Amino acid sequence: MAEPARAKPKPTPETQHYWDGAKAGELRLQRCDACAHVYFPPRPFCPSCASRKVSVFKASGKGKLYSYVINHRPAAPGFTPPYAIAVVELDEGPRMMSNIIDCPQTPEALELDMKLEVAFQALDDKITLPVFRPAKG
Amino acid sequence: MRRNQVAVVGAAETTELGVIPNMSQIQLHADAALNAIADAGLKVSDIDGIATAVETPQQIAHYLGITPTWVDGTSVGGCSFMLHVRHAAAAIEAGLCKTVLITHAESGKSMIGKLPRSTPADSLNGQFEAPYGVYGPPSMFPIPVLRFMKTHGITHEQLAMVAVVQREWAAKNPRATMKDPITVADVLNSRMIAYPFRLLQCCLVTDGGGALILTSADRARDFPRKPVYILGTGESVETPMVSQMQTFDSSRAFKVAGPLAFKEAGITHKDVDHLMIYDAFAHLPLYGLGDLGFMPYEETGKFIADGNTRPGGKLPLNTNGGGLSYMHSGMYGMYALQESVRQMRGIAPAQVPNAKISVCHGVGGMFAASGTIIFTNER
Repeated sequence: MAEPARAKPKPTPETQHYWDGAKAGELRLQRCDACAHVYFPPRPFCPSCASRKVSVFKASGKGKLYSYVINHRPAAPGFTPPYAIAVVELDEGPRMMSNIIDCPQTPEALELDMKLEVAFQALDDKITLPVFRPAKG
Repeated sequence: MRRNQVAVVGAAETTELGVIPNMSQIQLHADAALNAIADAGLKVSDIDGIATAVETPQQIAHYLGITPTWVDGTSVGGCSFMLHVRHAAAAIEAGLCKTVLITHAESGKSMIGKLPRSTPADSLNGQFEAPYGVYGPPSMFPIPVLRFMKTHGITHEQLAMVAVVQREWAAKNPRATMKDPITVADVLNSRMIAYPFRLLQCCLVTDGGGALILTSADRARDFPRKPVYILGTGESVETPMVSQMQTFDSSRAFKVAGPLAFKEAGITHKDVDHLMIYDAFAHLPLYGLGDLGFMPYEETGKFIADGNTRPGGKLPLNTNGGGLSYMHSGMYGMYALQESVRQMRGIAPAQVPNAKISVCHGVGGMFAASGTIIFTNER
């Protein structure tokens, strides 16, 4: 039997800009033109004030480690345990799930509130995944 | 909703709990339902309202031979049954039906006739969580706990004590899956599942089911069992994505559902004799104690570690052994409700003496939903 494949995102009309951005090496967020609320995940209206006037912008890619687990078992297809599943708090406000690369997957190395910066991991020629690494300097 | 207008008059679990290789999931529903209907001294034809989760109401109604005039298929995870109780109480008060059957069952271990759980790749979870290696509840539900620990000063030993204390309750319960005593060291040396949680801080995986029968309090006196009244109720949802919770320091759904039930019941925390907080993982009782307003979050870990929730303690919590030691078929809320009803009837294996008010608090998904039911045995 073939190994089950790693879960890959499939964009929808409302999220396509985000995945296009990731492929182009940009982390894209949305900001409400009416109330300035910055939000994630993508949708074509503001979840704070319901305005449909929203803009896509390139985020700084900077954030900090909000929380995480180090998953040992069961491991998701395509992942080698132990691996951290993290939630990153972006400097712009929203939080997102991610993985932390270029860092030992240990409680000692993964310190809450450590500074992170975005990196991009191509899963195939269509989908690139934003991930994070410890910020330099 | 008005207090004490509706009562539980039938309550039962499946005949067996644990590993049940000779029943499919819908048969587990039926086994629990028939036990509850017998417990209430009713016939199937007396049921005119039905609620269930994951399985559809039409599936269970047809399988049992029920023709309902009221139906609720609310399916928000393991606390769905708390929401069913709330909705059923409102429906009975409004005259939409007279006698409601709520069923839960899951072939969680044997996986016979169990519906597949899947995350479509184009759903929000499929796009923004699944690609990062989440794989089942153990990889998701504990994600908030390190932040909760840092904010509130909770220790690994205190989180281990949750499992230790619940095992003490389970030891008193012949139907509990795990009964052997454990220590903090046992917990902290058990196999790592998803740091910081180890095997003994994660719920069991078993087969089983349960069912409840509700009717108006006026009719309830004519039933064979001591009626257990619905004193207060609350419910809410937050997000299906654990990463998108407003904060990891608390649960918004808990903070809405819990206080709503206390307000409706017109009670204070001092009035609570018995407490159930759905414990899919060891951090949930701490969130529950804080979010329901029993104490500041900073004190929750110490409160449990000091023995206040163990047998003989001042706030008996998860007295069946909980999802960690009693059983957990996938949606544990029904078993928490069953234990509250047993405590209010005075027939629990680890009975809290003279308990008059029981608070039963549930979670659905990974903090995605919540329901709270407050029971009393005094009208």
